[in-house]
Amino acid sequence: MSSSEILTSQGYIQHHLTNLTLGVHPEHGFGFAHSSADAAAMGFWAVNVDTVFFSVLLGGLFIWFFKGVAEKVTAGIPAGAQNFVEWIVDFVEDNVRGSFNAKNAMVAPLALTIFAWVFLMNLMDLLPVDLLPYLFGQFIAVFGADPHHVFLRVVPTTDPNATFGMALTVFFLVLFYSVKMKGVGGFLGELTLQPFGKFGLPANLLLEGISLLSKPLSLALRLFGNMYAGEMIFILIALLYGGSMTLNITGGLLQFVWAVFHILIITLQAFIFMVLTIVYLDMAHQEHH
Amino acid sequence: MNINLTLLIQMISFAVFVWFCMQYVWPPIVTALAERKTKITEGLAAAERGHQERARGEQHAQALLTEAKATAAEIVTQAQKRATEIVEEAKDDARAEGGRLVAAAQAEIERETNRAREELRERVAALAIAAAEKILHKEIDVDTHRSLVDTFAKQL
Repeated sequence: MSSSEILTSQGYIQHHLTNLTLGVHPEHGFGFAHSSADAAAMGFWAVNVDTVFFSVLLGGLFIWFFKGVAEKVTAGIPAGAQNFVEWIVDFVEDNVRGSFNAKNAMVAPLALTIFAWVFLMNLMDLLPVDLLPYLFGQFIAVFGADPHHVFLRVVPTTDPNATFGMALTVFFLVLFYSVKMKGVGGFLGELTLQPFGKFGLPANLLLEGISLLSKPLSLALRLFGNMYAGEMIFILIALLYGGSMTLNITGGLLQFVWAVFHILIITLQAFIFMVLTIVYLDMAHQEHH
Repeated sequence: MNINLTLLIQMISFAVFVWFCMQYVWPPIVTALAERKTKITEGLAAAERGHQERARGEQHAQALLTEAKATAAEIVTQAQKRATEIVEEAKDDARAEGGRLVAAAQAEIERETNRAREELRERVAALAIAAAEKILHKEIDVDTHRSLVDTFAKQL
């Protein structure tokens, strides 16, 4: 990183954990934030351009690939891409059939979208941690900007906006289907009249309210936490570079080992997000008592 | 790391992707999978039916073959019997013909013999009468002694 400022470990980590935020700064006006403090000052009405770009790109990739297969799908002998897509669809369908007992045509496509999209977003974590940010910095430098103040986070799931966005959508679906299947009364009754009966109403509301609200929270934080921690370890290992040759080799080996282990994590997190969504929606569809 | 407008954009794009997936991606693939399942089930059933059909056909062919063999054997037996009969008939005919020819020949011989004997007898009678005439000259009247001469001739 060519920069006029002295590169410190703290600065390097900070740089990697700052989004490319576009918004209106109270003092500098409309534009990209030059530091995380700037981004914070922009408040709610700002957009993390990198998160939106990569998540929409990857979601588009997923839709484009699956749509391409779906258009040419044949009930005869499948080939190439169709085999792959059918494998995933079968896997998702098995999970939905295993956990979801009501009838809803939306749940399986929802599960597929979550699994594929989250997996692709997590997969960005396996790209070398400096590759895209460095290239982007060089690219921007062509236009005269200082690369040190250009941020880029390539893994959308390390941005809580992305994970909370998905979790909240799932949460609204849970609320919608709870009310749709059980009626407003049924849903409120579920929240207030159990497990202690109508005389323990405050306790019931507290318990059920927490369990309801913990659903999107745990969904979002689990994914975010895992990916954020994984990204952080890649960044920390990357700090080893630039020292002696021994450190470089050690760093390379560690990156490789962590990346191999991370393959498991990114798949598992995508799978968990999908399964929990299915389970939550199943609970929303069921009369418990 | 701030919660900002990105959250809403994420929610909207997520919803759009899910809607798109639900509309254009999931149904054709799942339909194709179900269709293939049906096809395979039908194919297996057809194979099973074909198997049974073949077994039945083989059985039928076997039965036909056995029947044909039996018929053929019967025909051969009959033909042999008929051939024997024809030979026997021919033999009988030949034997009968031979017998008849022999009988005809014998009858002919008999007839010739009788005729010769008759002629001889008449000649002997005439000869005897002529001789007697010569011996007795007029003493013997032909008409008177005719019966005597005849008796004599018959004894020859």
